[in-house]
Amino acid sequence: MAEPMLHVDGLQKAFGALQATDGVTLTLMPGEIHALIGPNGAGKSTLIKQIAGGLAPDAGRIWFDGREVTALGTPARARAGLGRTFQISSLAMEATVLQNAVLGAMGRAGSAWRFLRPVMRDAELVEQAQAALQRVGLTDHAATRTAELSHGQRRLLEVAVALTLQPKAFVMDEPMAGLGASGSKRMTSFLDGLRREAPILLVEHDMDAVFALADRISVLVYGKIIATGTADDIRADPQVRTAYLGEEDAA
Amino acid sequence: MRRETILNTLLYLAMPVAAALALALDEPFLITLITRAAIFALAAVGLNLALGLGGLVSLGHAAFFGIGGYAMGILAHHAQTYTPVIDSWIVLEGTKSMPVIWLVAIVSSALAALAIGALSLRTSGVYFIMITLAFGQMFYYFAISWPAYGGEDGLSIYVRNDFPGLNTLDPMQFFALVFAILSAVLWWMGRLARAPFGLALSAARQNAERVETVGLGPFRLRLVAFVISGAVTGLAGALFADLNRFVSPTMFSWQMSGEFIVFIVLGGVGRLFGPVAGAMLFVLLEHLLSPVSDFWLIYVGAILLLVVLFARGGLIGSLAGREVAHG
Repeated sequence: MAEPMLHVDGLQKAFGALQATDGVTLTLMPGEIHALIGPNGAGKSTLIKQIAGGLAPDAGRIWFDGREVTALGTPARARAGLGRTFQISSLAMEATVLQNAVLGAMGRAGSAWRFLRPVMRDAELVEQAQAALQRVGLTDHAATRTAELSHGQRRLLEVAVALTLQPKAFVMDEPMAGLGASGSKRMTSFLDGLRREAPILLVEHDMDAVFALADRISVLVYGKIIATGTADDIRADPQVRTAYLGEEDAA
Repeated sequence: MRRETILNTLLYLAMPVAAALALALDEPFLITLITRAAIFALAAVGLNLALGLGGLVSLGHAAFFGIGGYAMGILAHHAQTYTPVIDSWIVLEGTKSMPVIWLVAIVSSALAALAIGALSLRTSGVYFIMITLAFGQMFYYFAISWPAYGGEDGLSIYVRNDFPGLNTLDPMQFFALVFAILSAVLWWMGRLARAPFGLALSAARQNAERVETVGLGPFRLRLVAFVISGAVTGLAGALFADLNRFVSPTMFSWQMSGEFIVFIVLGGVGRLFGPVAGAMLFVLLEHLLSPVSDFWLIYVGAILLLVVLFARGGLIGSLAGREVAHG
């Protein structure tokens, strides 16, 4: 078996008496989409934050691309090749759409420490940024101020910025949120192709998308993973049906 | 051409044109006044990098202004008294050479900014404002209680320092020197805002999480901005001391830091020429109003209030439109 791209082992995080992450172990294999589902308040966002580096776990370890990253902060993990999108769009709102994408390309090139040449005239960075915008269909909005984008377009821009990093794995927190039916469908087919470039750890509430995309699904309830398996395994798991999919279905 | 570009060009040309007029009218005092505005503008241009582009409201930039001032004062004092600055295992002489003084001013204020920034940039918001204020006050009280260099009375320098090929005592030549430095710094700041560093710093102001997610560290970006910012304000301090041929602890006072912020807010936060417009307006008001009333600052306060309430982009913002056009 191949080495996992991302390996989380025995992660613990408590906020006071609340055990938000309770011994979570999971892997993300090359080429797969691993969906993380769970009811509201299950600790999905807390787990994602620890994986991305924004929150230090109380215990447990995280390996990424064969090296331990538990002690590294968000920027170092991003440089190691972890591409992340946020549940609530996190962009430079006063900058243009293209500038946001260029920022990603800059991060990849590690070239923030230049003080003279205009960055928007750096053909290589702008080209990478344009290519990423094209892939998510935002080319027409390149010169738009990010604050003027619709909610759905901001989600697409988040993905585009992550693409400019050419990451080795994606961690996506609800990329479908706010996209609407047709947008959601487009994003689903886009992510379907994206997994060949880099595996995706996907937190998503849109169950149609999850069951259509995920090679494996993990169900998080009260900070614990109660089941991991294929879509069919998860549908059939009685524990999952009780805890998450709705008790009436289990009857 | 964009309206802001036209306005910037007019503001830029206003200073040498006014200085030339003053020369023609044989009013050397006015030239000195314009030079004063240019130096204040330079100090605030430095602060504007941290405050405008980086979103770092430093209430302690007088520290760098004062360090630059005392760099000039100390070096020139030793030169005019023919005593060495340091006389132990290493002997360091004073100097009257402006380029050397500027270099010392830049390096020492940059080092101070590195130390102050490394500590205070771990906080944000009100705490950052308070910590920078506290550092500024530390320097102020240190200067007051340092008898070797005049303490509270400050230091007088009898003759303005030298610049190769110029007669610096001639107001017009000194103005030209200051204006050349201001021009160079403005040119660089304009480039800097559009360079990769400027985009990253500005993005870190808008959304630190975004910058981290693409692999850049907001702390380091801000620290570098703070150091450059402090160094520019320090250079302005050395020029200010040379203009007055006098340094005193007031250069370190928090009122000084406050004035720099007033220049920026008056002119337009984050606008390249915002501090220039603000400093020019402030010096103009000082000149016109201080003979009218001892309490002329009340009028400046009222104008500041109007600008903050009704012209959020400052003078430049209200004249050139709200659109912030970086890059």
